[in-house]
Amino acid sequence: MSIFEAILLTVITASTPLVIAALGELVTERSGVLNLGVEGMMIMGAVAAFAGAQISGSPYVGIVCGIAAGALFSLLFAFLTLTLVANQVATGLALTLLGLGVSGMLGEAYVSMPGIRLGEIVIPVLSDIPVIGHVLFRQDLIFYLSIALVVGVSWFLFRSRAGLKLRAIGDSHASAHALGIQVIRTRYLAVMFGGACAGLAGAQLSLVYTPQWAENMSAGRGWITLALVVFASWRPWRVFAGGYLFGAVTILQLHAQAFGLGIPSQFLSMLPYAATIVVLIIISHNRRTTLINTPASLGKAFVPER
Amino acid sequence: MKKYALTLAASAAAVIGISSAAQAADKTKVCFVYVGSHTDGGYSQAHDLGRQQVQAEFGDKIETPYLENVPEGPDAERAIERLARSGCKLIFTTSFGFMDATVKVAAKFPKVKFEHGTGYKSGPNLATYNSRFYEGRYILGQIAAKTSKNHGAAYIASFPIPEVVMGINSFEQGAKSIDPSFKLKVIWVNTWFDPGKEADAAKAMVDQGVDVLTQHTDTTAPMQVAEERGIHAFGQASDMIAAGPKAQLTAIVDTWGTYYSKRVHALLDGTWKSEQSWDGLKDGILKMAPYTNMPDDVKKMAEETEAKIKSGEVHPFTGPINKQDGTPWLKAGEKADDGTLLGMNFYVEGVDDKLPAQ
Repeated sequence: MSIFEAILLTVITASTPLVIAALGELVTERSGVLNLGVEGMMIMGAVAAFAGAQISGSPYVGIVCGIAAGALFSLLFAFLTLTLVANQVATGLALTLLGLGVSGMLGEAYVSMPGIRLGEIVIPVLSDIPVIGHVLFRQDLIFYLSIALVVGVSWFLFRSRAGLKLRAIGDSHASAHALGIQVIRTRYLAVMFGGACAGLAGAQLSLVYTPQWAENMSAGRGWITLALVVFASWRPWRVFAGGYLFGAVTILQLHAQAFGLGIPSQFLSMLPYAATIVVLIIISHNRRTTLINTPASLGKAFVPER
Repeated sequence: MKKYALTLAASAAAVIGISSAAQAADKTKVCFVYVGSHTDGGYSQAHDLGRQQVQAEFGDKIETPYLENVPEGPDAERAIERLARSGCKLIFTTSFGFMDATVKVAAKFPKVKFEHGTGYKSGPNLATYNSRFYEGRYILGQIAAKTSKNHGAAYIASFPIPEVVMGINSFEQGAKSIDPSFKLKVIWVNTWFDPGKEADAAKAMVDQGVDVLTQHTDTTAPMQVAEERGIHAFGQASDMIAAGPKAQLTAIVDTWGTYYSKRVHALLDGTWKSEQSWDGLKDGILKMAPYTNMPDDVKKMAEETEAKIKSGEVHPFTGPINKQDGTPWLKAGEKADDGTLLGMNFYVEGVDDKLPAQ
């Protein structure tokens, strides 16, 4: 395996959780709900996936547990913000705090236990293509799911009736409600989809990225995905590109150090965040496109008139 | 945002500490502050094992509440102060970054005794303690030089503080004593605890052909990468053999229990004094994990070096040593003094990295 392939493989591993969690948050935000609890849902997914894999002996059961944990945990957020109309920002932050605490407690028995790695699925024929074959067609299930999710979410939002309704709710919940669209029910589903994606991203962390459980192992990646959604101006393919940009910069700065380029490591570590700011400046420059893409009801509570 | 989460966790832990104090007012409270989780499998866990040893030894006479995941920074000061107010008689703050916070709180609570781990600022009621990790790292360097097929190793480093720089230099000194052409690559991850990033750094190094890894970060992720990629690595702070049964050559293991026990004895006897303790292999505060996955002659060499360091025959920083740029630092036979080591901000010759500005 050449160094080029090796770098590509690590970039994919580092980018996949960012792409998946950001896609989930994108759907949630497109429905008009701002869930800042991605970090908390992700870490819950990570601990549940690790525990599930340990107990059952199968990483695939782990994946299911991770998705379920993320979705169930987001249900708490949905109930508080959609049914009880609690403040979305505060509830989202609380969700992160709660997730970090609860996962630490649940995971205590699993610390420093050797993990179970999710195996590769080799796609016949395609995997024999030089370079690309090894990198793209000898991957784990979660990587394939991440690609399917990008395509699926993109199709759903812009090509399906249900997606049109979801975007309509995000842009104006009052009008959508007047048209007879089920605002609260759709938002519940969107939030849970976001939670399931964050849970899957967490499962990737504890089953693929570093197959182990360590407290706080999400290490701020949930926050990066929130920035990524804005960075991508609520577009699935841009989330994909942005996720890989972030992953690539993180990995390349480590390789740059290993190659001995004399650039300060602190500067290199800062690059992904600097890139976010630059892109935010570029996309905000054209105010009209930003406004078109931003869901107009984002973060606003919906209380149906009785 | 994560910071707030940790503070919240810390406050909750403090509340638990206070409520248990109410039940047992006759017990002497000896308190601990950890930067990570008490089960991190690395640095904080090593301190917690020390705490458990003390608790077992003194039984009903003391109680040992602890705060974990306390971030280094302003929150640390609040956490330590809360412990001081809750009736702790002796407080161990176990991470370098707690230094200034401990100094401030110690000044406010002259009747409470403080001990700061791995720092250099002390006071009438503030002692410092540290372990001569560099003694162990010298042995790691020697083993690396014998084990590596391409005359080099990679060092996954956290932050460019003297403790870390000293470790890098000692490793290089050990390696050079065996193989003068040995090159040590350093990769800075700017974190103590991020399994993903530590693993990425390890992978980057392995992909570039490194076959021996060592780390000064807190998780077992680099060891795990070494195991998967079939190369060798050294454990840090705790024996990491579970993460790398085929990869781990040995580990430097922090065993703080003996020191903690000595200090708690002094507290109960009323003989506690502010001291600056810096023990090493000889005193048992630092131990080497079993030498495994290496040929017998390498193992023998490692054991001999360990014995020589204990007897004082070998000191990792004995001249002639040049600084990285070739300027002389120590003359032949001259040994580095502790003050220079504790403030070390330069590389020795042979380290293949540029030290980040501090």
